[in-house]
Amino acid sequence: MSYQIPKFRHPELPVNDLGYTRADYEGSISTLCAGCGHDSISGAIVKACHELSIEPHKIAKLSGIGCSSKAPTYFLGKSHGFNSVHGRMPSVATGAAMANRDLLYLGVSGDGDTASIGMGQFAHVARRNLNMVYIVMNNGCYGLTKGQDSATADEGSVSKKGDANIYSAIDLCATAMQMGATFVARSFSGDKQQLVPLIKAAISHRGFAFIDVVSPCVTFNNNPGSTKSYEFVREHAEATGTVDFVPMQKEITTDYEPGFSHEVTMHDGSTVHLYKMEEEMNPFDRTSALIAMEKHRTAGDILTGLIYMDRDSRDLHDVMETSRRPLNTLGAEDLCPGNQMLKNINASLR
Amino acid sequence: MKQLESVNDFVIKFANVNGTGSASANNMFAKALFRMGLPVSPKNIFPSNIQGLPTWYEVRVSEEGYLGRRGGIDIALSVNPQSMAQDIQEVEPGGYFIYDNTKPLDLRLVRNDVNIIGIPLTRICNEEYQDPRQRQLFKNVIYVGALAALLDMDFKVLTDLVADQFKGKEKLILPNIHALELGNQYARNHFDCPIGIRVQTADAVGDKILLDGNTALGLGAVYGGATVAAWYPITPSTSVVDAFEKYARRVRIDPGTGRKNYAIVQAEDELSAIGMVIGAGWNGARSFTATSGPGVSLMSEFLGLAYFAEIPTVLFDVQRAGPSTGMPTRTQQSDILSTAYASHGDTKQVLLFPSTPKECFDFGAQAFDLAERLQTPIIVMTDLDLGMNDNMSAPLEWEDGREYDRGKVMTAEELEAGKEFGRYMDVDGDAICYRTYPATHPDRGAFFTRGTSRDEKAVYTEKGEEYEENMLRLMRKWDTIKEYVPGPEVVKAAQETDVAVLYFGTSEESSREALDYLAKEGVHMDAMRVRAFPFNHEVKSFIEEHEQVFVIEQNRDAQLRTLLMAEFEFGPDKLKSVLCFDGTPISARNIKKQINLHLDGGEVEPLHRTKVASSGGE
Repeated sequence: MSYQIPKFRHPELPVNDLGYTRADYEGSISTLCAGCGHDSISGAIVKACHELSIEPHKIAKLSGIGCSSKAPTYFLGKSHGFNSVHGRMPSVATGAAMANRDLLYLGVSGDGDTASIGMGQFAHVARRNLNMVYIVMNNGCYGLTKGQDSATADEGSVSKKGDANIYSAIDLCATAMQMGATFVARSFSGDKQQLVPLIKAAISHRGFAFIDVVSPCVTFNNNPGSTKSYEFVREHAEATGTVDFVPMQKEITTDYEPGFSHEVTMHDGSTVHLYKMEEEMNPFDRTSALIAMEKHRTAGDILTGLIYMDRDSRDLHDVMETSRRPLNTLGAEDLCPGNQMLKNINASLR
Repeated sequence: MKQLESVNDFVIKFANVNGTGSASANNMFAKALFRMGLPVSPKNIFPSNIQGLPTWYEVRVSEEGYLGRRGGIDIALSVNPQSMAQDIQEVEPGGYFIYDNTKPLDLRLVRNDVNIIGIPLTRICNEEYQDPRQRQLFKNVIYVGALAALLDMDFKVLTDLVADQFKGKEKLILPNIHALELGNQYARNHFDCPIGIRVQTADAVGDKILLDGNTALGLGAVYGGATVAAWYPITPSTSVVDAFEKYARRVRIDPGTGRKNYAIVQAEDELSAIGMVIGAGWNGARSFTATSGPGVSLMSEFLGLAYFAEIPTVLFDVQRAGPSTGMPTRTQQSDILSTAYASHGDTKQVLLFPSTPKECFDFGAQAFDLAERLQTPIIVMTDLDLGMNDNMSAPLEWEDGREYDRGKVMTAEELEAGKEFGRYMDVDGDAICYRTYPATHPDRGAFFTRGTSRDEKAVYTEKGEEYEENMLRLMRKWDTIKEYVPGPEVVKAAQETDVAVLYFGTSEESSREALDYLAKEGVHMDAMRVRAFPFNHEVKSFIEEHEQVFVIEQNRDAQLRTLLMAEFEFGPDKLKSVLCFDGTPISARNIKKQINLHLDGGEVEPLHRTKVASSGGE
C-alpha cells in the first residue's frame, strides 16, 4: 500500500536558503508501526537535510532489506532511492559513489542488515572510508519477520516472547571504529536534539560517517527486560557531550558553557562544536574513544553522542586519485583511445 | 621404426615443472613459429599451484589453419621426471620423445614404437652455469634452441624474438642467444637434423595476432567506456581486470591533473563486486566485473535484482571446470545454465559467446552498449582456454568516431519540458523503459529502485495484476533483446544434408576441423555457431531444418542442449550431444569419434559418454 501525503501546506512554513520547505524533504507516509523509532529517525534526516539546505535531488538514499531499509521511502521523496538486497547496501553505495562523487550518499540499514547478513560489506565499506553517511536503525530484533533477536541484542535482553538472549552483542560503533570508520556516533531515536546535529556533522564529514541509532521496536522489542526499549534507553543513555553544528555561512552565536569543548572545522567549511564533553575522553583519538565505550558498556550504560572523528580523513576517491569530474559524466572522447592505439597493440602481438 | 613425417603440421607437448620459467621459453617457441608464418595454437595446461607441480604446454602447428586441439601428441618434450611415464605414453606411434637424459630413461618406460631423443639438458647447464637459478632458467632456452635444429626452424626468427622480448633489458639478450645456440649445436652435433617432422617458412597468418582472450576483454572494457571495475580475484578471470588496469593506466590518466578517469575496486567477495557494478550502473557509469563459476554462484542474488530492477550490468564469466571448486585451472563451458537463469524466481539473463580474442574485444565493448540499451545484465561467456591461452586472432579494430549507445535515459531538458516519466512505463512499445540518472532534475524524475514488485511509476505494489503485467513486459523485452544480440553464424556443408552440428565459443575451431575430417569420409554436416542467448529465430529454423543436430559443448550435462530444449521445446531425439568435460579443450578427433559413434547407429548412452569424452588426450 502506498499513501500520498496531503499536498496542502501552511503558507508560512519556514523555507531554507534554497527556498525549500521541510515538506520538500519528506517522502510518502510511513507504513511502519505507530510509534516506531525509525519514523523519528526519518524525521531527523528530513530536518537535518532541510536545515543544511542540501538540494534534495543531489542526495542518493540507499538501503538493504528490513523495516529500517523500507524507511527511505518515507523521507526525501525528490531523491533517487535504491532499496537493494539484504545486507548489500554498502556495495551498491560504493559503486554508486564511484560513478558520481558529487552526490551525498545516505545509507540506511538495520541491525540485522548490518550486523548479521551484511557484516562483511559493512566492515569493508568502513575500511575503504567511502564518503557516505551510514545510519543503522538499531532495534535489536528482526521486526519484519516478527521479532527474532538480532546480533546487536544484548546478552540477557528479554524479547517479547520472554526468552533472554544467550549471545553476546555486537557493538556496531566499536566494530566501525576498528574497521577504519572515520566518523562514529551513537544516538537514540527519541533524542532529536542530539540526533539532528549528529546527522548534520556526519553529512559534512568527508569519509565514512557511521551513526548507530538505537530505535525501539514498539511491536516486538519494547517490553520490560529488553535493553532496546524506550524506557531502558532513556534511563541508560549517557552522552559523551553535546554536539552543535554550525553551517559555514552562519556565525557562532551560542554561548558555550565552560568546560571541555572542541571546535572542528569540517571539509565544507561548517563547524562542529562539541561541549560538555566527558573529561577523560578525546573524540579525536581512537584509543580514548574505544576505552570510553568499553567503560560505559561495562557499567551497563549506552554511550551516545559523537564518539570518534578523524579530522584528517581522506575518502576513497582521495586515495584512489580518481578524476574530480564524476566518472558518469565522461564520454567516448574522454574514455576511448581510438584505433591508432589498437594498431600499435596489434603490431606488438605479431 | 616408423617415423612420423610432416611439414608444418604437428602437435608438440612440453612437460615442465611449474614455477621454473618454462612458460616464457615455451611461448618463445610458439611465437617463433607464428613469426615464420605458421598458424599456432598454444594451450597451457597448468596446476592450481605456484611452484613444483607438473605443467604442460601443448602447441598445435597447422599451416592449414586449424587452431583447435587436434588430439594426440606427435612430439613430447619432457623435462619433468614426475610426469615422464605419462608423457611418453601419450606420444603417437612413430612420434618423438625428447627428454633430458642427464639421468637415463627408466627402461620400463621405453617404447619401441617411439623415437627417443635424449639431450643432457641438466648436464649442459651444470657445465655452463654456476648460479642455480640460471641453470634452471636457461635449461628451458636450451631445449628451444635444440628444437630449432630438430625441426629446422629459422634461427634468426628466434634471436630476433629474444631481442624483442628483452628490449630495455639488453644485458639479457646475449646470454639467451648463447643458450639457444648451446641447444642448437648439441642437436646438430648429435642427431640427423631435421627429424621427420619439420617446419618451413610459410605465409599462412596474414595480419593475425597472438593474444589471450582476457587481455582482449580488458581492452574491450577500456574501449567500451567502462569507468568502474569491481572484482574479486579468481582464476581464470583475474587477468581481465589486470589488463583493464594496465591499459587504463596508459590511456585513462588525465595528463593535466594526473587523476584517473576510472576506478578499480578490489572487493571483499564476488557479492560485493557485483553490487558495486550494479550501483555504478544505476548511477550512470559503465561498469563491469570479471569472475568464474564460483563467483557467478555468489552473484546470483544480485543478478536477479539487476534483471528485475533493470540495471545495466556487465559481467565477464571466464569459465573453468566445476562444480564447486572443481578444477580451477582447467577449462569448461559449464556455467551455461547457472548464468542463463541466474537467480531465484523467473529470470533470464543475456549471454554472449565469443570464440576468438577479436570477438572478446568486440563483445567486451559491445556488452556496455547492450547493457545500457537493454537495461539488463550482459554476461560475456568465455572460458579458460580462450581467456588464458594465446589464441591466433584477427587484429583488433575500432571504428573511430563510433559513439556509445547510452540507451533510453531521460534528460533534465525532457523532464523540464514536461515529458511524462514512469520508470517502468513502456512508452515505445519495445518493452524498454526510460530511466533517469540520480540528480538529473530538482523535482522530476526521481524514483525508487527496488527488488520488490512495483507499478509503472516504480511505486511499491503487491497487486497481482501489476506484478504480472511487469513480468510479461520483461518477456516482451526478451523478444526485443533477440534483435540486438549477435546472431548465429552458419557454415553450410558442401553438399545438401539433413544433419548438422551446433556449437559455441571455444568449440568452434575443433568442430570445424572435425567436420572437414567427416566430409572427407563423405559425411557432410551443416554447422551453426550460436553467439548469444536469447536464441533468435534463425537458431530455431536451423534446428527445424535438420533431421538431427549435434550440440557440441564442453560440459557433462549438455547444458546448451538443455537450454535449447527449454526455450524451443525440441525433443531429445532431435538434439544429440557431443561432449568433453575432462578439463582440456575439446579436440577435433574427439568430436569426430563421438559423431561417428552416433551415426553408426550406436545410440550413445550417457554412461558411455564419459568414456569417450574423458579421453581428452585425443
